[in-house]
Amino acid sequence: MSKDHFLEVRGLKKYFEADRPSIFTREARHVHAVDGVDFNLRHSEVIALVGESGCGKSTLALLLMGLEEPTAGTISFEGRDITHLNDNERKSLRRKIQMVFQDPYESLNPTQTIEEIINEPLLVHGIGADKTERDGRVKKAMEDSGLKPAEVYLKRFPHELSGGQRQRVVIASALVLEPEILLADEPVSMLDVSIRAEIINLLAELRITRQIAVIFITHDLGSVGFFADRVAVMYLGRIVEIGTMLEVLEKPQHPYTKALISVIPVPNPRLRRERIILQGETPNPIDVPQGCRFHPRCPLVMATCKASDPPFVTLSKTHQAACLLLVK
Amino acid sequence: MNRSRAILRKIGWAFFTILFVVILNFFLFRVLPGDPARAGIRDPRLKKEAIEMLRVRFGLDKPVINCFEALNPIKLGSCAVNPLDTQFFIYVRNLAQGELGVSYHTNRPVADILSERLWNTVLLIGAGQILSIIIGVIFGVFAAWKARTAIDFTSVVSSLIVWSLPTFWLAIILLFWGSNNGLPLAGKATPGASSLPLLQQWADIGRHMLLPTITYTIVYMGEYTLIMRSSLMDVLSEDYILTAKAKGLSTFQILKDHALKNAMLPLVTVIAINLGFTVAGAIQIEAVFSWPGLGGAVFEAVGRRDFPVLQGAFLLIAVAVIFANLIADLTYSYLDPRVQTE
Repeated sequence: MSKDHFLEVRGLKKYFEADRPSIFTREARHVHAVDGVDFNLRHSEVIALVGESGCGKSTLALLLMGLEEPTAGTISFEGRDITHLNDNERKSLRRKIQMVFQDPYESLNPTQTIEEIINEPLLVHGIGADKTERDGRVKKAMEDSGLKPAEVYLKRFPHELSGGQRQRVVIASALVLEPEILLADEPVSMLDVSIRAEIINLLAELRITRQIAVIFITHDLGSVGFFADRVAVMYLGRIVEIGTMLEVLEKPQHPYTKALISVIPVPNPRLRRERIILQGETPNPIDVPQGCRFHPRCPLVMATCKASDPPFVTLSKTHQAACLLLVK
Repeated sequence: MNRSRAILRKIGWAFFTILFVVILNFFLFRVLPGDPARAGIRDPRLKKEAIEMLRVRFGLDKPVINCFEALNPIKLGSCAVNPLDTQFFIYVRNLAQGELGVSYHTNRPVADILSERLWNTVLLIGAGQILSIIIGVIFGVFAAWKARTAIDFTSVVSSLIVWSLPTFWLAIILLFWGSNNGLPLAGKATPGASSLPLLQQWADIGRHMLLPTITYTIVYMGEYTLIMRSSLMDVLSEDYILTAKAKGLSTFQILKDHALKNAMLPLVTVIAINLGFTVAGAIQIEAVFSWPGLGGAVFEAVGRRDFPVLQGAFLLIAVAVIFANLIADLTYSYLDPRVQTE
């Protein structure tokens, strides 16, 4: 197993049925939520997956978690194909890949105490010989997630905690299984701005202390600069640009990435940048545009864009983008 | 602690409500038209003296409350009456001593009549309730679990159908069916069954209970199925169910540990209120199957203007409903920690 093939995603697709075939339509129409995604995740690497809402980021996360069955493509983990697994195999894999959901107000069962919530994964997976050992693990996960001292929180219910504390509980209940990959689906978008940095710092710390690889899904490019090694930009079910954080943020090549970066607020009001405001709405993922899927909104659209789907152009060893402007 | 204070407050409110019912209960029947002394015996040859005797015997000669002969304000009485000698005061005093009065019609103590009828009703309706809750909830869970499949569709449609069946109609249909299959059709026991050994007596009661219980179960289980289904479907779409799945819980574990407890919350209220009304009985079912229950007693007493029986029965029903609601409140705060018992 090379370091590059820790988690490998190839041609991953997920189509949801939009409506059933009827007497009027010959074929069922599909929502192309994820439409051919390829990427690698290295050991203890942080990838930020960026894109506007509806671009398929969350569906991709659910596919990686095995919570949705992919329509096509493969996912392999440590060299093993994990695209389709039976219940037992899936369960043992869940120990290695854990997820932090977006909304900490919804993702905690209101009738369980914090202790029960964090202890549950251990019971389900039969980890820990006795209660003392499990308690130790629960406490460690809580303190690693910044719930210190753990005793204060153990007997509380989710509604007694703040949003930031709840998200820490969610993170702790993922960490308690000591996963190797943590999928964070917009973990800070529901939190107050003041809490966001704390949670992002926490994720960045975990990556150092626990060697966890993180897939950080966000629509906020501004927040990824803190700790992501690489950034992947998604548009309408596909990755359009992927590269190291510096490559993507400093030298973006795809017009969509450029537009996203141009609208990141700059703290210095004297520094003015030209903003690229995209026209129009995101196209309907049921009827994906012909050719380049970004062409209806692209400010640099060319005649060929409407006809041919751009290939991935390798710009450096780590930097790739899918745009016909880059094809030479 | 705060919690026990909150519980005490709830109990206090329940007590206050019962007090209100006691007062309302009394005046409610006094404003009804008609003379109870005449209602029992319809014979027009009844002599004035005899009627007067009946009135004196049941205390109906006394003013209802101070200054009023009857609640009808036209019949103003003398205000010089000792307030302790009014019907209302005697009623309250008797009630405080646990005395519910004597039936105008049967001349038996109301407490005796009610307790005898109450157990029959609790036996029948209790069995029906328990069966309909169990069957209804099981169907509801299956329907929600297999949402939008044939199983779901079938259980929703059949629940709606049984829920909208007229109770008396289903009872009569079952009565016909039972008569062809040798089941007893009326009453609680075969006459003379009391001489049989205890086990056979119970079997006899069981056979009599069969048809009314089936009717009750069929009519009420649809409600539970529908509530359980929609509530469980709500819960199953919550994020914490997805979280549980991501943690590695199996479908069964998710249902058992996460979904059911949260989905039971709305059901607890419905169950508690329905259990409260268990005491009231199902008048239609008791009437069709001539079951000697409380619902039947109320029905008969209304026709005879048998105020003491009605007062007693209504008080009993009110207390049962209030008590059931109190239990629901307390269960709720136990099931859902977010509900602060304020």
